[in-house]
Amino acid sequence: MFLALKLAYRNLVGAGLRTWLNVIVLSFSYVVIIWLKGLMVGWDHQARFDMEKWQIAKGQYWHKLYDQYDPFSLTESHAPVPQRFLPFITEGAMVPVLVVQASLYPHGRMQPILLKGIPKNQNLLKLPVAALDTITDAIPAIIGTNMARSAKLGKGDRVVLRWRDKSGTFDAAEVVVTDVFATNVPAIDGGQVWIDLEKLRQMMLLPNEATYLSFGQGIKEIPEVNEFVLKTQQELTSEIDVMIKTKTTGQSVFYIILLLLAMLAIFDTQVLSIFRRQKEIGTYVALGYTRQQVVMLFTIEGAMHAVLAAAVAAVYGIPFFIWQSHAGFTIPMDSSDYGIAMAQTMYPVFTVGLIVSTTLIVLITTAVVSYCPSRRIAQMNPTEALRGKIQ
Amino acid sequence: MTNNPIITTEKLIKKFPMGKGEFLALKGIDLEFNEGEFAGLIGPSGSGKTTLLNIIGSLDTPSEGEAMVLGQPVSQLTARQAAQLRKEKLGFIFQSYNLLAVHTVFENVEFPLLLLKYTPSQRQKMVMDALEWVGLTDKVNSKPPALSGGECQRVAIARAMVKKPMVVLADEPTANLDAANSHNILKTMEMLNKELKTTFLFATHDEKVISYLHRKIFLIDGKIDRDELIK
Ligand SMILES: Nc1ncnc2c1ncn2[C@@H]1O[C@H](COP(=O)(O)OP(=O)(O)OP(=O)(O)O)[C@@H](O)[C@H]1O
Ligand SMILES: [Mg+2]
Repeated sequence: MFLALKLAYRNLVGAGLRTWLNVIVLSFSYVVIIWLKGLMVGWDHQARFDMEKWQIAKGQYWHKLYDQYDPFSLTESHAPVPQRFLPFITEGAMVPVLVVQASLYPHGRMQPILLKGIPKNQNLLKLPVAALDTITDAIPAIIGTNMARSAKLGKGDRVVLRWRDKSGTFDAAEVVVTDVFATNVPAIDGGQVWIDLEKLRQMMLLPNEATYLSFGQGIKEIPEVNEFVLKTQQELTSEIDVMIKTKTTGQSVFYIILLLLAMLAIFDTQVLSIFRRQKEIGTYVALGYTRQQVVMLFTIEGAMHAVLAAAVAAVYGIPFFIWQSHAGFTIPMDSSDYGIAMAQTMYPVFTVGLIVSTTLIVLITTAVVSYCPSRRIAQMNPTEALRGKIQ
Repeated sequence: MTNNPIITTEKLIKKFPMGKGEFLALKGIDLEFNEGEFAGLIGPSGSGKTTLLNIIGSLDTPSEGEAMVLGQPVSQLTARQAAQLRKEKLGFIFQSYNLLAVHTVFENVEFPLLLLKYTPSQRQKMVMDALEWVGLTDKVNSKPPALSGGECQRVAIARAMVKKPMVVLADEPTANLDAANSHNILKTMEMLNKELKTTFLFATHDEKVISYLHRKIFLIDGKIDRDELIK
């Protein structure tokens, strides 16, 4: 086996330029595949991290009628905060949020929005609620950058807000944008206006009520408390998994094309080398190799492309990966088109498992591709191979 | 020399498919070789020398008849058994040397030993011995492309001899060499034949080779024409 490796290495390096071309193409596949996969892992980590920080903390309790995709459920999906949550809220370990439908009138046109109330003193979530603690004649409100863009609103702008209270009575007031926050979490940004919870409760005539509550570290998770049901962090982030999975599946087409190109080159090299080296093959047989052993020899030689490519890939790939994981990769597209958190700059994460699994896949593929043409050797007549006359 | 033949062929026939019919390359060869012979198959091009040598070397099988090589019937051997026979008992020398260009002289000679169970230090010694026989100890680390034709063929002889095989089969070993080199390697082989009692079987039409042979078997059209024992 060691002999085969040494022989394969010698033969490959002896083949010169052709080998290095193959190796470079293959090493490129390694680096690109690992980089893309790393980007996906990085995206996944970042999306989870951002979602936890901005939106869900360690988990949430939802009113049992709350459906985040159905705004019409909002009139029913609220209830007084359960007694047992109150101490946690006082401590700051739990944050109640009330969600209602409302309309905004920026620049004279109507825009339906979700109006969300959050305690102006909370610090469990990253939302800049301090800006809600401002005394003005209008209602202080904060919005995300996407909302600011779509409604053409900026810090200090005033805008008319219209809503219907619990009993269905319309009312209107002016809000003032006291802060615009930039977040990667679309679920708290587009089409939403955040105001102080107590203010919203007064406006809606819903004292002490909430639609959902986010909780932090150390809160015992109970499946159901009064009308509120537990949503674990895992459940809440499951849509990230789905999203990442679809993205990854889409990417694998790209991986396959990339690998296919490299494999084509290696296949071609193998076919040519078997054709050109018939005498050598005959010599191996004359020296006492079985034809299967010669097949093995050529397979290892082909598969060694992958080993050399891994080494070459390491030379320029590792510095590139290190640089990428620090500098990040800036996505040249509008991330607000995506349903989940996606930063403008993503930091790829390269795990050992990722690198090992990619290397193995490339190695196995290369071995298989090298084996296929080598199988022909087993059918060769050694005397004809020695004469070098096989067409 | 014992009188117990180590190679015998009996009514050996080799047919090759040709067009619609077949071509008879060997038309019934009956031969016996004893241990330590220095014999040659002599004949014009196309007379069947290589074909016969290949069958004796278990690289090919007879169409009819049988070749017994060191007690083994060539036509009955599985590919694995034939490989075993070649690996342990036979050495080959080719007209075009067939050295592995990417390996050093040492590694080329060591190659057959790697298939056998020798320790690295045993191998080292055997390779150096073989290189001494052919007078190439100063070229151990050269690679074949840097050697002359004569030197290449001497490496090939060392490679064939290193495991001290029972039989060495040499197909036109001098065809690519000049006269001086031809005599040189023939003397080397003659010496090895004497010292190690290795049986040498040549295929040739080179007068220089023929002059060294102790037994001349003339082949014409796949048949034995004459079988002359010298001395
Ligand atoms: N694989 C094959 N298929 C068909 N014919 C073959 C094959 N091998 C050899 N022959 C034929 O058998 C005959 C004997 O060939 P062989 O190679 O044994 O001759 P040779 O005596 O070694 O000749 P040379 O001196 O040219 O090497 C030739 O006519 C050759 O064309
Ligand atoms: Mg011949």
